[in-house]
Amino acid sequence: MSHTTRIDSRFAELKKQGRSALVTFVTAGDPDFDASMDIINGLPAAGADVIELGMPFTDPMADGPAIQASSLRALANGQNMIKTLEMVRAFRKNDNDTPIVLMGYYNPIYIYGSERFLADAKQAGVDGLIIVDLPPEEDQELCIPALATGINFIRLATPTTDEKRLPIVLTNTSGFVYYVSVLGVTGTKAPNVSNVSEAVARIKAQTDLPVAVGFGVRTGEQAQAIARGADGVVVGSALVDAVKNSLDENGKPTAKTAGAVHEIVQDLAAGIKKAANEI
Amino acid sequence: MSTSKKNSFRSGPDDEGRFGIYGGRFVAETLMPLINELSQAYEEAKADPAYRELLDDFLTHYVGRPSPLYYAERLTEHLGGAKIYFKRDELNHTGAHKINNVLGQILLARRMGKTRIIAETGAGQHGVATATVCARFGLKCIVFMGAVDVERQKPNVFRMKLLGADIIPVTSGSSTLKDAMNEALRDWVSNVEDTFYCIGTAAGPHPYPEMVRDFQIVIGNEVREQMQAREGRLPDSLIAAIGGGSNAIGLFHPFLDDPSVKMFGVEAAGRGLDTKEHAASMTGGAPGVLHGNRTYLLMDEDGQIDEAHSISAGLDYPGVGPEHSWLKDTGRVTYISATDDEALAAFQLCCTLEGIIPALEPSHALAKVIDLAPKYDKDHIMVMNMCGRGDKDIFTVADHLGVTL
Repeated sequence: MSHTTRIDSRFAELKKQGRSALVTFVTAGDPDFDASMDIINGLPAAGADVIELGMPFTDPMADGPAIQASSLRALANGQNMIKTLEMVRAFRKNDNDTPIVLMGYYNPIYIYGSERFLADAKQAGVDGLIIVDLPPEEDQELCIPALATGINFIRLATPTTDEKRLPIVLTNTSGFVYYVSVLGVTGTKAPNVSNVSEAVARIKAQTDLPVAVGFGVRTGEQAQAIARGADGVVVGSALVDAVKNSLDENGKPTAKTAGAVHEIVQDLAAGIKKAANEI
Repeated sequence: MSTSKKNSFRSGPDDEGRFGIYGGRFVAETLMPLINELSQAYEEAKADPAYRELLDDFLTHYVGRPSPLYYAERLTEHLGGAKIYFKRDELNHTGAHKINNVLGQILLARRMGKTRIIAETGAGQHGVATATVCARFGLKCIVFMGAVDVERQKPNVFRMKLLGADIIPVTSGSSTLKDAMNEALRDWVSNVEDTFYCIGTAAGPHPYPEMVRDFQIVIGNEVREQMQAREGRLPDSLIAAIGGGSNAIGLFHPFLDDPSVKMFGVEAAGRGLDTKEHAASMTGGAPGVLHGNRTYLLMDEDGQIDEAHSISAGLDYPGVGPEHSWLKDTGRVTYISATDDEALAAFQLCCTLEGIIPALEPSHALAKVIDLAPKYDKDHIMVMNMCGRGDKDIFTVADHLGVTL
């Protein structure tokens, strides 16, 4: 694609620095709109290089309990697509460099209207999309129109994506490739580091795109280990768990909520920096 | 040949797994290779006469097919209109049409070398059928069931346990059938090597809607033959209950290209279509994407999936099979709905008039037979699919009638 997005620039810049990207996932509107805005606004300073913002959905079938629960918290507090896009717009007022990737499931986009969604997302300052239930077989739905709009379409590659299928997965992928390090749902198993670097090498043999690795990364140590073999490390469940653990007995955010997330992000960022300094 | 195929209602799905705009393969990348493997294995099985022969043998000697086509004489007289036949699929082993599909899928799983079978269930009929066939073939069986359903379908839960299945109560989301399906998909993503996902209805990602339909088509094929023997002609109308829609598509499909045959699919209107408490995704919903396919869904204006409600746990699902969505849009099948109360009344009428305790699912179809039959002449032949027996529902019915057992 001819468009250069904030994602492309950010990965290029980090490559020059010899460091992997920290990609942080939080659910938009979790636990509520204002607390979620505080979390997102503080992510870059805490060390996030790319922000993945989850678009909550009632039936997140590829996600584990932590992210399911965060989606339901956000929905219970009135989050919807209009508000998610509003959050991106608000974030962009103070930060025009940190890439934002919206991640979620297709139905809320389909109901919003794919064309309207892409136009509004682009205008709001969204750089990429990860839509879990849109494999290459359904590229006409959103992927091709997104690329034409100048929004990256980031695809998941998994341990079941074999040599024959990998080129199909890579064909319309842009921004980066998201390697799902374990067979399973988000946040449940820890990745095996040696398998991961092997898989990343296998993907990189077929693409020039950066490869970020996620699913099951929770600590600075794990991030450090993964960063040795990947261009980016994605962390999600650990952050939404931190949100959950910071809530009061009525499920309301507390003064600690945003800080609890940012603290983990700092730890993960430190792990990734250590990996860069080893080389 | 190619033009005649184009004008057929029976040629779907296309190579992309679509029926018009419906269907498709909206699944996570982890599952795509498995879905493709399943498609290929199913195509190979279809082309293998030995597979068909084995399936037919089990349908005859284990399930008890063909199921009778029964003239419901007293109901016919009572309603004073169309001549009513019941297709007696409630007489199958395990008491419902579900086993037709389960046998097909489990024999396929065996061909594929899969040893661990997972299934979702609402009322528990599909779970019982799956546990039954798994026991017959010595396969490990795990059934995902919403915690709410585990509580309200205790007899079926115990039945499944007796058959050796592990029941996993699902507490995520709303703890009902859609969440059981989410959890089964999560399990499949996590156990791709040895696991086969045996879906209970003609929905989900391609090839499931096609495959499940193909396994249920035996219902309609038998009706065609039996009606020819009994009446020497085609029926004039067909009527079946719709949750996901597998019993209905099985009955309808062989007749789709016979323009003289009218078809009615009956959804569950719960406490009424003017309330939020119903399960009528086609008469009360809109097209969306869930559980691997595009189809009519119950959802809010943000695309968030709504809870379904029906007195019948088997119809309590916020979606429907994609082929039905397409048949609705083309107008070939007419989709209507029956409320909880209408189904309960039909249930009781059937017990006393015909000596048959129907499941609450076909009781919805029966409710509309009661509406429609008087509008037709006596020479109009109407076939209703009695897709399940009501033993499992007596507790629910007693509860609604204010009876303590």
